[in-house]
Amino acid sequence: QESPSLTCGFIPTQVLFFGFGWLFFMRQLFKDYEVRQYVVQVVFSITFAFSCTMFELIIFEILGALSSSSRYFHWKLNLYVILLVLIFVVPFYIGYFVVSNIRLLQRQKLLFACVVWFTFMYFFWKLGDPFPILSPKHGILSIEQLISRVGVIGVTLMALLSGFGAVNCPYTYMSYFLRNVTDSDILALERRLLQTMDMIVSKKKRMAMTRRQMYQRGEDQNKQTGFWAMIKSVTSSPSGTENLSLVQQEVDALEELSRQLFLETVDLQTTKERIEYSKTFQGKYFNFLGYFFSIYCVWKIFMVKFWSQHISFILVGIIIVTSIRGLLITLTKFFYAISSSKSSNVIVLVLAQIMGMYFVSSVLLMRMSMPLEYRSIVTEVLGELQFNFYHRWFDVIFLVSALSSILFLYLAHKQAPEKQMVL
Amino acid sequence: MASLDRVKVLVLGDSGCGKSSLVHLLCQNQVLGNPSWTVGCSLDVRIHDYKEGTPEEKTYYIELWDVGGSVGCVSSIKSTRAVFYNSVNGIILVHDLTNKKSSQNLYRWSLEALNKDSSPTGVIVSNGSDYDREQFAENPVPLLLIGTKFDQIPENKRSDVLNRTAFLSEDFNAEEINLDCTNPRYLAAGTSNAVKLSRFFDKVVEKRYFTRDPSQMAGFTDRKRFNFKSLHYD
Repeated sequence: QESPSLTCGFIPTQVLFFGFGWLFFMRQLFKDYEVRQYVVQVVFSITFAFSCTMFELIIFEILGALSSSSRYFHWKLNLYVILLVLIFVVPFYIGYFVVSNIRLLQRQKLLFACVVWFTFMYFFWKLGDPFPILSPKHGILSIEQLISRVGVIGVTLMALLSGFGAVNCPYTYMSYFLRNVTDSDILALERRLLQTMDMIVSKKKRMAMTRRQMYQRGEDQNKQTGFWAMIKSVTSSPSGTENLSLVQQEVDALEELSRQLFLETVDLQTTKERIEYSKTFQGKYFNFLGYFFSIYCVWKIFMVKFWSQHISFILVGIIIVTSIRGLLITLTKFFYAISSSKSSNVIVLVLAQIMGMYFVSSVLLMRMSMPLEYRSIVTEVLGELQFNFYHRWFDVIFLVSALSSILFLYLAHKQAPEKQMVL
Repeated sequence: MASLDRVKVLVLGDSGCGKSSLVHLLCQNQVLGNPSWTVGCSLDVRIHDYKEGTPEEKTYYIELWDVGGSVGCVSSIKSTRAVFYNSVNGIILVHDLTNKKSSQNLYRWSLEALNKDSSPTGVIVSNGSDYDREQFAENPVPLLLIGTKFDQIPENKRSDVLNRTAFLSEDFNAEEINLDCTNPRYLAAGTSNAVKLSRFFDKVVEKRYFTRDPSQMAGFTDRKRFNFKSLHYD
């Protein structure tokens, strides 16, 4: 019989994972914002903690720690909790915070949040129809029904991200692809940017003076209607408003240009920093890794399924760690790029949802990388899902994503030097 | 355009604070209907009557440069936006009264703009707590502190918020205005806010045109003293 202390061995690690998620949230994601709704932070940390526990369970499985019945128990428990979080808690709160941001629906927040949740559940359920993910002998509310759908979404996401990452990572870090950027290139672009700003200033000065004169003459911003307007328009020169709108169009075009120039300059600065980084020791190390991983990715794209049992365990470990790290970094970048003080709660919850689904499907897919004798527990716990479907689906989406990324990056890379020639 | 004729004021603050709405209100006396993300720098011009109501009244164009982004972003964006910090004659620091972090980030914003001679990612002189007030006491660039979303503070929290902003304005040695950018009555003619605004712009114009030393934009790396009487804040 298992001593209770061993069965409870997971609790300290879960607390640890929860703490890590909490700190990551506070120090990284929300470092520029004020946390006003602590429930968001709690939900994020719980999702992270239970997702990491799943990985821990796989490692325990391989290492043979604890008894198999206790492992089975923890697997089931963890799975129930995480499904509860991913299907009930997080989507409900996403709906709640989205509704909170919309002024019209403020009164009946809870009601509308429930409506959003039911809509989500409807589409979530419908997701099962086109995919052959279940063998037919399962009931409606079984765990397999839920996991299978979470799996489809998660696997699609994983394949998209992996495909893009497999192509983008070597492209970004390998010095072979770095365009040559000099300081004078950057200075030239900055000069153009400032010249554009100067032109905007002179036009805005004209507009400001025109508006002031119009105000002093008592003219309206709106078109004057009626008898006098008709008489006036016959004899007078273009009114202030017409002049203004013409100049405004020119200003709009100039502002668009200034934004483009700004983004191009940022792009050049980033490239310049990458070049400087590649000359450092750390940079050279990652460059080497880049070559190594690009070969690995090419191999993965074209070779099918050959895993030596010894390599697979190490690879499983590496995949877990790099997956988590890579995902957190990508989520952070994405979050910085699109969040604002209003939408930050919603975005963090969406990220928690993606993270949870990603980790659940990692477990699904990882089954293939595991040596045969360890696969049984995953099969047992997750029920009779059509695992082959998921692997085929992953491969297809991975290939599509990788090829599209190659095409996209090729076009982007080709376009850039041409822009510099125009300078 | 000769740089001698320009009066340039930066508008700095975290994204989402309401800088674009504020600039629109200051320059066009209208509420901005559809605020959207500021990429790079957005510009507008305000016509200011220097020493309004006196015989020395003169009209100036004041350029308001609204620099977008957040203070914790990547260094390539910081290096790029440093190009907007040249020859600045005044700085308006904007913070969101409902978000304490945006107020704290103003220290970093002001340092970024005034320290542009040193590397943008480096030299943070101190963190928010033990802040060096002396640097701002001698600072030759006039500052103005504006707090937005004032209407979203519930009545019972107002005095706390105003206490906090009073400390901020002491630190920066600047006047403060608290308003709601979607309501023009906060800056209506004759209100104390409008008077403070006018005084700020007067100060900016004075330093720009009537100071003894024409090459006056220095920042912390240059500690020249200016012998002009109206420099001292009361």
